[in-house]
Amino acid sequence: MDEPVSRSHFRREVVSKPREISITLHVNGERRTLSVAPWTTLLDALRERLQLTGTKKGCDHGQCGACTVLVEGRRVNACLTLAVMKDGAHVTTIEGLATDGALHPLQQAFIDHDAFQCGYCTPGQICSAAGLLAEGKAKTSDEIRELMSGNICRCGAYPNIVAAIEQAMRAMGGT
Amino acid sequence: MINFEYERANDVADAVRQIAADPEAKFIAGGTNLVDLMKYDVARPMRLIDISRLPLKSVEETADGGVRIGALVPNSDLAYHPIIEKRYPLVSSAILAGASQQLRNMASTGGNLMQRTRCFYFYDVATPCNKREPGSGCSAIDGINRINAILGTSEACIATHPSDLCVALAALEAKVHVAGPTGERTVAFADFHRLPGDTPEVDTNLKPNEIIMAIELPARGFAKNYSYLKIRDRLSYAFALVSVAAALELDGGHIKEARLALGGVAHKPWRNAEAEASLRGKAATPHAFAQAAEIALRGAKGFSHNAFKIDLARRAIIRTMTQAANGTPQVQSSKKVR
Repeated sequence: MDEPVSRSHFRREVVSKPREISITLHVNGERRTLSVAPWTTLLDALRERLQLTGTKKGCDHGQCGACTVLVEGRRVNACLTLAVMKDGAHVTTIEGLATDGALHPLQQAFIDHDAFQCGYCTPGQICSAAGLLAEGKAKTSDEIRELMSGNICRCGAYPNIVAAIEQAMRAMGGT
Repeated sequence: MINFEYERANDVADAVRQIAADPEAKFIAGGTNLVDLMKYDVARPMRLIDISRLPLKSVEETADGGVRIGALVPNSDLAYHPIIEKRYPLVSSAILAGASQQLRNMASTGGNLMQRTRCFYFYDVATPCNKREPGSGCSAIDGINRINAILGTSEACIATHPSDLCVALAALEAKVHVAGPTGERTVAFADFHRLPGDTPEVDTNLKPNEIIMAIELPARGFAKNYSYLKIRDRLSYAFALVSVAAALELDGGHIKEARLALGGVAHKPWRNAEAEASLRGKAATPHAFAQAAEIALRGAKGFSHNAFKIDLARRAIIRTMTQAANGTPQVQSSKKVR
């Protein structure tokens, strides 16, 4: 019978005590200073340290897009981003999109078009769509679909998501 | 993910000094591949050296008519850069065929070259893999090898290189500028990545104490007649089963210069000088492209689940070359292949 594969490459004891590093993030317009271990992802920092649980952990491997947030206005996967590397950055999460109690046009459009079922992917979808609108590269529904392909919806609300993004694009003065 | 130390590099010399001082350290830029590999315990660096703030973020035209791309230019910025869109649309198209916009926003140009394979067994630390643990064996050869290589394989490894951008860079004959403790050197793109041989754990000829500074594109960009076609199991956001970068320079209906590189089929972007030479002076016809495809795929060897790639690659070459010749490149947002 085959022996189990050697785990010899797990060669060293892990560092016993986390060396925390102080960082500052500007999250949704608010300056937040926190200490993080080097291996704390931006996603975990937002959810576990800043209690901003709107950003979701789906696959935790950059495959599903549920953790999408905007860093310096650009959409990224927070799960593959080390918080310590974003010291000083401006981060926008789903909690930061509404202004003065008024929903962001994308949030309203997702409601208008019933662009979700369970809702778990929705914060990532909306943040990703906000990034897409800022990029200005998607003009057609084919282009929206392609440039939203990093956001998976296992309920399959894709047609309504595309319709919602098109509505927001019109509302925000795009094509 | 194991615990690790974190340092920031102040400049390129500091980055080289830090990496040379600690063989267990790794550079991190975009992190899209490395952080993922660390979460799977495939990569276990004891220290990360953050190079993301180094001033390697510009795209500049060179004195001899080419373009120098800083290693830290994000993939998305490169794809949409006016010079690249206009003069090197093959590069833009290849980038936009890969990953998602979120990942392209994070991923760096240099990091794209340093991606590790997506072979299932490389990622699964419970199975043998010569690339992950030299000498442990290759699980893919007799395993689920639908996504694996058909060209340039060895008994030790049948992994493929996952990049789309690199396929375009190979076709355009880019150069890689690197810096190390003894100074800078330039590596031809064809010499940057390696075939697995009996050392599949070594992906590239970049030395452990070197850093990529820039990618240089030569003056010739084939902006008129090019196409990048990527065939995959899902229509978007999936790695290639087969991809083809084709670039032609035409004189009337005749081929003056042809470039052909394949992705998804080997441990590095696959080029065959003889296949390209066979097209020079010929009429740009599907027949000529089919002959070039036969040469390019000479020696291809399928395994239990991926023999289909040989025929798929042959057809994809003909189709992509035809798209290039017609001046109708594949549009990455269109899922129709014409």
